[in-house]
Amino acid sequence: MSATTTTPQQELGVGRTTGTRRTLEKGPSGWLAVPALAFFMLFAILPLLGVLFLSFTRWDGLGEIKLDGLSSWNTVLADPVTGNALLVTAKIMFFSFIVQAPISLLLGVFTAASQKYRAALAVLYFVPLLLSSAAVAIAFKALLDPNFGLGPGLGLPFLAQDWLGNSDLVLFVVVFVIAWQFVPFHTLIYQGGVRQIPASLYEAAQIDGAGRVQQFFNITLPQLKYTMITSSTLMVVGSLAYFDLIFVLTAGGPGYSTRLLPLHMYLTGFKANDMGAASALGVILVVIGLALALFLQRLGGKNRNASQLEGA
Amino acid sequence: MASTTQLPTTPAALPQVVTTRRRPPKLGRSRPNFLGGLGGWLWLAIIIVPVYYVVITSLKNQAGFFTSNPMLPPSEPTLDNYKLVLENDFAKYFTNSLIVTVGSVVPALFVAFMAAYAIVRGKGRFLSWTNNVFLLGLAIPLHATIIPIYWMITKAHMYDTLLALILPSIAFAIPVSVLILSNFMRDVPNELFESMRLDGCSDWAMMWRLALPMTKPAVITVGIYNALHVWNGFLFPLILTQSPDTRVLPLSLWTFQGEFSVNIPAVLASVVLATLPLLVIYVVARRQLLSGLTAGFSK
Repeated sequence: MSATTTTPQQELGVGRTTGTRRTLEKGPSGWLAVPALAFFMLFAILPLLGVLFLSFTRWDGLGEIKLDGLSSWNTVLADPVTGNALLVTAKIMFFSFIVQAPISLLLGVFTAASQKYRAALAVLYFVPLLLSSAAVAIAFKALLDPNFGLGPGLGLPFLAQDWLGNSDLVLFVVVFVIAWQFVPFHTLIYQGGVRQIPASLYEAAQIDGAGRVQQFFNITLPQLKYTMITSSTLMVVGSLAYFDLIFVLTAGGPGYSTRLLPLHMYLTGFKANDMGAASALGVILVVIGLALALFLQRLGGKNRNASQLEGA
Repeated sequence: MASTTQLPTTPAALPQVVTTRRRPPKLGRSRPNFLGGLGGWLWLAIIIVPVYYVVITSLKNQAGFFTSNPMLPPSEPTLDNYKLVLENDFAKYFTNSLIVTVGSVVPALFVAFMAAYAIVRGKGRFLSWTNNVFLLGLAIPLHATIIPIYWMITKAHMYDTLLALILPSIAFAIPVSVLILSNFMRDVPNELFESMRLDGCSDWAMMWRLALPMTKPAVITVGIYNALHVWNGFLFPLILTQSPDTRVLPLSLWTFQGEFSVNIPAVLASVVLATLPLLVIYVVARRQLLSGLTAGFSK
């Protein structure tokens, strides 16, 4: 929406309520928001508190829930697998950000231009988003097979590796597959961001004789600041949710090399039947997610108004 | 950007639309960007190769899969793999997915639309607090809540039912739906509401007769976006269902993979079949989805 009809004052009021309307007028009843709020409280906020509560209990998932003090936390914090899972999560988060952010940004700028073929490419770029993570994982498992996949197909021996069985390589394979699946979405966000940049800026720059590269660094990049924050927030917080893809692709293996935090939580809770420890891992997951989201929002600076905050 | 023009815009906003639309050709007039073009085509190849591989392999028979070049189309294409998948209760899983998707997306849209309307048009501390709760929901990795959700669902005796998938899916769809819908609803000119108010319309009537038609593109976008997520959802089915009777498509892909493990062409045929409905929707509603998402997130 390049063409917002809101005035700056309204923009600032957004998130609270619109302040520009006549105060005499009665707004709609807050009751309209109650069904949505009730659903969200019941199935998202309440479980969020529940996960904290369960982290102080012992529960195998079937029997009685027993209060158990800090023992789950002691288990989780003493377990070297937890530390490893945090490390794997951090690595995947870092590398997938480093890979996805520049590609999405460049593709977003690329597809925002008017050429017909670029619009056609943009349509095809979106296709990975239609596939479920399970489908993507299954497809790549077949494609990366050293005997019947891409390597022998193209006759390129270096592509015919045991990509998913080699603990040195598998992390990067996972990062690649994640990028394959999620770059399209972020490309779309950047495309929208680029299209909101006022044309007059480019016209002025052209008159001043700025070249394409100069325009990119002096206009496009600074103007995309908030888009970058939105996209980065979704990317980083989203990387705490790469559960299904990795579950089907590697199941955390080989060994523990791709067992990231959400997967570790699932396996602890539903495979090892230790819901207390899994809940403690869940709490860690929430804290990390919130901290990262807040940190990234802070990067935007104090002048950011609520409307941009909502982009997160 | 198509939705921009479909939305009512105030006169003040219109020139902006026009300039935005006029800019790209100016850029295009400069010398062609070979490097950008190269990158664009390269990324296309990266996107297309796996898709191509899946499709051609799903048309191979098992012998052909083991003997032929993996990257070449089969000399004798066969639909046997598709037949095998269809015979293995694909229709049931498809129906389950459809029930869960429609059953989640329609109520989610309904409640999110009402909430967005109240948040944009209303005032007061309760509504701003509500909005903040939803914004918070976007920053939380909601996966972390699966254990309490599992507990709640088992306690409510809903384990292994489709309803168990529908209820949390509705809740998880709400924050992003409210966000996008309210972003669009702010663009409906206040004057329209005021004139309807003068005609004695209630908020309920204004919501359905003014706000809904005016934000229809956004409603469709949000609907498709949520449908995509629910249709492809894997975690809830994995932890909240068990039996083949409640199996949905993404989970069925995973179980197919276990059952047919050596029959890769059949597994990939199931991938194609599970994606086909979304591909059809994408082809039909592509413009709507892309422009709506671009607008909804980058506002």
